[in-house]
Amino acid sequence: MLTEFGKILIFLLIAVIFVLIGFLTARIIRPKRPTHEKLLTYECGEEIQGSPWVKFNARFYVVALIFLIFDVEVVLLFPWALVYKEFGIAGFLTGFLFLVILGIGMIYEWRKGDLEWDRPVIQPPLVKKTEN
Amino acid sequence: MLELFTELTGNALLGMIINSLIPLVFVIPLALFFVWLERKVSAHMQDRLGPMITGSHGWLQTFADVLKLLQKEDIIPADADRKLFTIAPILVFAGSYAAFAAIPFSSAYIGSEIDMGIFYVVAVSGLVVAGILMAGWSSNNKYSLLGAMRSVAQIISYEIPTVLVILSIVVLAGTLNLLKISEMQTAYFWNWFIFGGPEPGLIKFLLIPFMFAGFLILYISSLAEVNRTPFDIPEAESELVAGYHTEYSGMKFAMFFLSEYANMFVVSAIVSAVFFGGYQSPFGYLGNSLGISWLVPIEQFFWFTAKGIFFVFVQMWLRWTLPRLRVDQLMAVCWKYLIPYSFVNLIIIAFLELYR
Repeated sequence: MLTEFGKILIFLLIAVIFVLIGFLTARIIRPKRPTHEKLLTYECGEEIQGSPWVKFNARFYVVALIFLIFDVEVVLLFPWALVYKEFGIAGFLTGFLFLVILGIGMIYEWRKGDLEWDRPVIQPPLVKKTEN
Repeated sequence: MLELFTELTGNALLGMIINSLIPLVFVIPLALFFVWLERKVSAHMQDRLGPMITGSHGWLQTFADVLKLLQKEDIIPADADRKLFTIAPILVFAGSYAAFAAIPFSSAYIGSEIDMGIFYVVAVSGLVVAGILMAGWSSNNKYSLLGAMRSVAQIISYEIPTVLVILSIVVLAGTLNLLKISEMQTAYFWNWFIFGGPEPGLIKFLLIPFMFAGFLILYISSLAEVNRTPFDIPEAESELVAGYHTEYSGMKFAMFFLSEYANMFVVSAIVSAVFFGGYQSPFGYLGNSLGISWLVPIEQFFWFTAKGIFFVFVQMWLRWTLPRLRVDQLMAVCWKYLIPYSFVNLIIIAFLELYR
């Protein structure tokens, strides 16, 4: 007997086979007349300028990192959401504490300007000069 | 349904394969219908007629388009990474189709009753993200690469508010299984989670405003997850041509298009399953009152489809209502508004649920 995950494997296989059948049918029907111009990379019909591997905004990496942190912690919250009621207020406070720590991390990121899309302005440290 | 197919074919595996083909038979015509609907809705909102030639009111237009795409020459640019370029549409379609495995179509049909349910749906959508990035990278085209990067950054960012709102439903339902979540919200519309869930009492009424807030957050972030306006900068036609599928043509493009529309239905089905009772009818079943038990699953299937189509229609409606957001606004909406709000929402709902 198939397990429930086995059924999902069948779903995935059916999707892959469906796409492959589509590709195969198209391969039988479609023409194939490649020319040099057709195989060029599209750039609005102009001559290609430089390498397509352009420099992109480094903020994408920061977003990916912040996402990773949040996503891992959110995944940890799933089991908590299922069982916390059995532990009453103590169970709730455990999750609450977890969310508060996550929230402090978020406030820190916000304060550091990592949630801004534009490059954050580096702030001087928030230490008061002592007057002597 | 699975037992029926197993009995008919006399083989568990064969029955399961037929069982898994049902969503395909359902999704493909539905996606074609959505393409046609999108054109008609856009046209009528702009006081145009849209496609009118092929069939009555152009209803055969998408079939004609599919035939055309089948005959199109498949161009793979010389600079592209051929293997990844071919795998990407397969992965994108597999990701959006696999999500249908855990969505209950009616009380009689669900692809796979895994207990992880909604968690699995969120996880398997990750395949789409990988496919999009693969498509953008392998095309070796500036527009594709930028479109894919934007798309991935957007989808992963908006996944967090989505999961947080889903968590608040998990807190109320105490299960991840979408079939059980839908079963709970049975009978009448005031048992839906948007109206505080099935259990009566004071807490139910206190929950209602937070459930509405949760619904709004989930709907906004689901728009972003399927790259719909106002979150369509990955495909911003005026600057990026077509985003990550700029270089695709023929059947490979058709697969991206198909999975995009299938995904629109998946997110709508999830929104309706967690907040609007999934396949449940808002006011009782005709089958129950007439005493015809086989009519009930058919009615449920009708309600499931109707709710799904309604939310897809709202997505199309929003496309012609709202302008596109800028990339910094997009990130600000997610990280500075939706995520903090959904955090607070989750804490309040978890606290209220404690005193039920």
